[in-house]
Amino acid sequence: MSLAQHTPSPAQQRRAAYRRRQTIRSVLVAASSTAALGTLLVLAVTGAPGWDRVRESFLDPGIARDALPAVLSGLWLNIRLLVCCAAGALLLGLLIALLRTLRGPVFFPVRALAAGYTYTFRGLPLIIVLYVLTLGVPGLRLQGMPSVLVLGGLALVLTYGGYLAEVFRAGIESIHPSQLAAARSLGLTYRQTMRHVVLPQAVRRVAPPLLNDVVALQKDVGLVSLAGPIDAVRAAQISTAETFNYTPYILAGVLFVLMAIPLIAVTDWVTLRSARRQSGG
Amino acid sequence: MPVLTCRGLRKEFGDHVVLDGLDLTVEEHQVVALIGASGSGKSTLLRCVNLLEELDDGIIELDGEEISDPRVDPDLVRRRIGMVFQSYNLFPHLTVLENVTLAPRKVHRRVRAEAEAQARELLDRVGLGAKAGAYPDRLSGGQQQRVAIVRALANSPRLMLLDEVTSALDPELVGEVLAMIRDLKADGMTMVLATHEMGFAREVADQVCFLDGGTVVEAGPPAQVLGEPTQPRTRQFLHRIIEAGRL
Ligand SMILES: Nc1ncnc2c1ncn2[C@@H]1O[C@H](COP(=O)(O)OP(=O)(O)OP(=O)(O)O)[C@@H](O)[C@H]1O
Ligand SMILES: [Mg+2]
Repeated sequence: MSLAQHTPSPAQQRRAAYRRRQTIRSVLVAASSTAALGTLLVLAVTGAPGWDRVRESFLDPGIARDALPAVLSGLWLNIRLLVCCAAGALLLGLLIALLRTLRGPVFFPVRALAAGYTYTFRGLPLIIVLYVLTLGVPGLRLQGMPSVLVLGGLALVLTYGGYLAEVFRAGIESIHPSQLAAARSLGLTYRQTMRHVVLPQAVRRVAPPLLNDVVALQKDVGLVSLAGPIDAVRAAQISTAETFNYTPYILAGVLFVLMAIPLIAVTDWVTLRSARRQSGG
Repeated sequence: MPVLTCRGLRKEFGDHVVLDGLDLTVEEHQVVALIGASGSGKSTLLRCVNLLEELDDGIIELDGEEISDPRVDPDLVRRRIGMVFQSYNLFPHLTVLENVTLAPRKVHRRVRAEAEAQARELLDRVGLGAKAGAYPDRLSGGQQQRVAIVRALANSPRLMLLDEVTSALDPELVGEVLAMIRDLKADGMTMVLATHEMGFAREVADQVCFLDGGTVVEAGPPAQVLGEPTQPRTRQFLHRIIEAGRL
């Protein structure tokens, strides 16, 4: 191959050298400006008149250590709820979106129900759904009533399912009709066309907003603690009440951010990838 | 028996009548070229034949069976007809090989290995064997269109409908697609093609149909329709084309 034998011309060598110098310069500028800003911030905060009081009541390492086990076990509940509710809401959302695309008079009631569902649960505040399901429904004293935790999870799935359904639907509708025509012209049925042509493209396209909603869900799963189960924030609240010190909240906040970082990183990566794909690169 | 018979086709979009009592007959192994101004209904006719559009009147028969009967399952009809679009319409999330094997596997329930062997053979024949694993956005327009033709052929159709398959291509890529259609004709494939390439219509078509006002105004061998048209409207159309330098 001539690829290996090619010696860069002097012009190309000069360009490459220039780009290397520019890169080094950029790194140096970024590093020094970051250091300067960081120093300023630290000085401003620690130099504030109330800094010592704030440090005692929000950043006490001893209290953080004591609260850690309780907060962590609360966090474990958040994680389990997140995984189950995200899976449930994604499935429900996809199902509702598919029902809304069905055509023909037979499916009118199904379409109407699905539309009614997305309107209702996107409009209804999550807290109200939670209260109705976890406090109201157990009042019926039906046989085999699931636990409050399951009912709370259901409230989350119902609410987020409504949002995700609309994201999925937007994705499905963004696929150009010519793709459907091409699939149908090959003899694929409506279902096969959805399954093999429309959905794979639609899901890829809306993966970033879907993941974004999952990140939001991650913060909302803690609301089930309103009905009793103890999540990380509730655990922090309990130990705060015992010690009259707010450090456990900061601890829970830090843990939440740490937990969110991988999810957000995945979201960014997927967004970047789909943006690249759409620009044809 | 003709492969395709259209009688009195009518298609309206709102109050715009696109097809108005159109008749067309295509015999086995025959290549019929549809010509006509932009908006004359060539694409609409092809889409109606493939049951992608609902007719407002008229009858379509494929091998003597009325396919415009609403009781006929359109999915079963479309398996017997291959269609190729102006804008290729390959599935961007599937590789070339997956594009070609999708219908054989899902529609005809062929096992993967068998479908892939057939697809590779078809791709090899048109010089695209090396691209089997590539995604459509890595191919040139001409290559994409040839894959689209192969994808339609993988269903072993009775009839191919080609809708201006070279219009979106750069001039130097048109030739490779036309060569493929020439080969198809040599293999005896029955085809209806809408085209703006008068030179190609003259060469490859057994019959040329000039569409205007929703009907076939003039039909016959290419030498007659393109060379000595009898209808004033055909003459006018060809005159405009010659002025535009496309004949
Ligand atoms: N889905 C639709 N809704 C409304 N009008 C349509 C639709 N499809 C086609 N038409 C109209 O029908 C007429 C015929 O369109 P058609 O695409 O069949 O023409 P054509 O002969 O293929 O033209 P071209 O050579 O530009 O491809 C046009 O006036 C077009 O605007
Ligand atoms: Mg057209």
